[in-house]
Amino acid sequence: MPGHERLSYGLAILSAFQYLMRRYPNVFAIGQGLWSPWYVGNTMADLDKEFGSRRVIDTPVSEFACTSAAVGAAICGYRPIVIHPRIDFMLYAVDSIVNQAAKWRHMFGGRSSAPVTVRGIINRGGEQGAQHSQSLHSWFAHIPGLRVVMPATPGDARDLLIASVLCDDPVLYVDDRWLYDETAELAPIVETDLRSEGPMVRRVGRDATLVGAGYSAYLCERAAEQLAADGIECEVVDLRVINPLQTEVLVESVQRTGRLVVVDGDWSSCGLAGETIASVAESVDPEVWRAKPVRLTLPDAPAPTSSALEQSYYPRASDVYSVVHSLLKPSPHETPLRRDGRPVRVTR
Amino acid sequence: MMTLTTSAALSVNSMPKPDQPREHRHTLGLLADPDALHDPLDIRGSDPLWLSTALRGMWLIRRVEESIADMVAAKQVQCPCHLAIGQEAVAVGVARSVEPGDRIFGAHRSHAHFLSLGGNPFELFAEVLGREQGCSRGMGGSMHLTDPYHGLLGTVPLVAATIPIAVGAGLAAQMDGNSRVAVSFFGDGAAEEGVFHESMNFAASMRLPVVFVCENNLFSSHLHISLRQPSDCIARYALAHGMPGSTVDGNDVWAVAQAASQAFMRARRGDGPSLLEAVTYRWRGHVGHREDIDVGVQRKGDLARWKKRDPIDRLACAMVQQGWLDAEQLNQVNREVDAEVNDARLRATQAAFPPASSLLGLVYSS
Repeated sequence: MPGHERLSYGLAILSAFQYLMRRYPNVFAIGQGLWSPWYVGNTMADLDKEFGSRRVIDTPVSEFACTSAAVGAAICGYRPIVIHPRIDFMLYAVDSIVNQAAKWRHMFGGRSSAPVTVRGIINRGGEQGAQHSQSLHSWFAHIPGLRVVMPATPGDARDLLIASVLCDDPVLYVDDRWLYDETAELAPIVETDLRSEGPMVRRVGRDATLVGAGYSAYLCERAAEQLAADGIECEVVDLRVINPLQTEVLVESVQRTGRLVVVDGDWSSCGLAGETIASVAESVDPEVWRAKPVRLTLPDAPAPTSSALEQSYYPRASDVYSVVHSLLKPSPHETPLRRDGRPVRVTR
Repeated sequence: MMTLTTSAALSVNSMPKPDQPREHRHTLGLLADPDALHDPLDIRGSDPLWLSTALRGMWLIRRVEESIADMVAAKQVQCPCHLAIGQEAVAVGVARSVEPGDRIFGAHRSHAHFLSLGGNPFELFAEVLGREQGCSRGMGGSMHLTDPYHGLLGTVPLVAATIPIAVGAGLAAQMDGNSRVAVSFFGDGAAEEGVFHESMNFAASMRLPVVFVCENNLFSSHLHISLRQPSDCIARYALAHGMPGSTVDGNDVWAVAQAASQAFMRARRGDGPSLLEAVTYRWRGHVGHREDIDVGVQRKGDLARWKKRDPIDRLACAMVQQGWLDAEQLNQVNREVDAEVNDARLRATQAAFPPASSLLGLVYSS
């Protein structure tokens, strides 16, 4: 179609930066590695050349100070985007994000706000281990005042980044390097209001509702394709914005399917999967359920390095596929099993 | 640098115990000696008109803080209040260099910063009382003050947290290209947080227009600096971070004003940040109204001597000596300030609480 272009997830992020920085002079980018973008894949290639080193700021090794500096600039009218090439390192800046930006509007009675966008990149796999693998989006989604966005598609990677930066609230935008090579045909950019963005049905189905955010939503779609070949029609809901979590779409879907599988690339304890199931459970009648809801998450262990262990650590589309099959062919004594033979955690 | 020749700077209570030796060098000399610097200020060659304003400003802070202390004692004020009685000269001295458009950030002990910049005492009283007409609409209390009109963009109690935020305001000012300055007020305890050093390094390497103001009152919440740092001088960090550093008597408003002026001019010229250390002492506890005991630490002996370095008395005496002020004028100022403070306090106690809608209505933009 005219005006459409095929873009990878990574290049879609780049196009969002280009759009924002060309159109809005108060947008700037700050973080480590921005002048040598191997840190961030192709998502910021040559931005420093187009916009100069004053608007694309490569910083000292100081996550806390640099994130708070962006918060300070946001308070003064700028729209900074702070880049953390690995979320693990972003934890140095938790005070900036959780104590400061998220609360600034509320604790000053609405007289001031800190509309900063913090971009945290999930960068895992490849035997990187416990401190180079984390996502932790559930932690941040716990915080009132902080919007948390997890794009699963190239279109969302571009459009939700733009919406995040234009939003008057602080936003944590979490993108996933495992998605950078996924491509899609994208329509020309239309600015949207992040406040009205929320969960979206990616695929319609009647047998079960599969839910995920970011890469987990991608896994749900892949699993749904495989299940369709077996004659099982799954509905896939991509959460997109995990805080504040809008639950209407989820509830409506489960009302029809009666089965719910939530996939999350984070731990289960106090996590997004549990929160999703709880918020649906509070809103549907008990007789709606045709099976116990299931959460498929990371095992409760730090990320391993050895590839042998890493193989079973991250949920895969085939795990989702197996779980849905188990749900649809329940035997009274059988608990669904993961690929590695461990039982899937089942939540009532 | 002066060398301390007396051990009187430390009370017995705050000295390291023999079984817990800690490395410490007294490098502040007389500035940290409670028996020194009791005389009237040397204000020859100063600005008499501004000093009159400064005196009134310090008296306003003192009276507001004492009123808040009374309200805390009476349990009329519930929120944690960290009072700046004894430290008035730092806020007032720095405020002399603040111009419209400058951005100022404070910390937990920031009533004085709010008032010195021109903040309305009624809004401060209303805020600590949790009323809707407070400077933060009753949502912040004592530790979260804001007054954008006068340049105070925020004060927060997380130690050192606003230092990098002020650096960001400096970054914004540099991008604006309008010679505005960002100011960060913090205490000696904040210099022990890593982000202080990250912020100094970042500001210096980017040559940002930031004035770092350390109010060194020699105590964190409960530990004397000799138990926390190998030296009592915070300005020593300026050297490491490639910026000018100066240490002044923080109870000498004219000395503070002059040092601040140098730092502001450097920032406005585009030459980068400075660190200004003002040595002072708080008369009340870390938090609350009491002066006899401070989170388990008794400072009675030191406090009585530090009170002789009263920043207000020293200025008032000097101005009387110079013939710039007489006793009657002084009384007149005090009466006017007292009336203003009493009126503001009374009106604040009668103000309305925030509506229930504030609780959820202010979490996100609407």
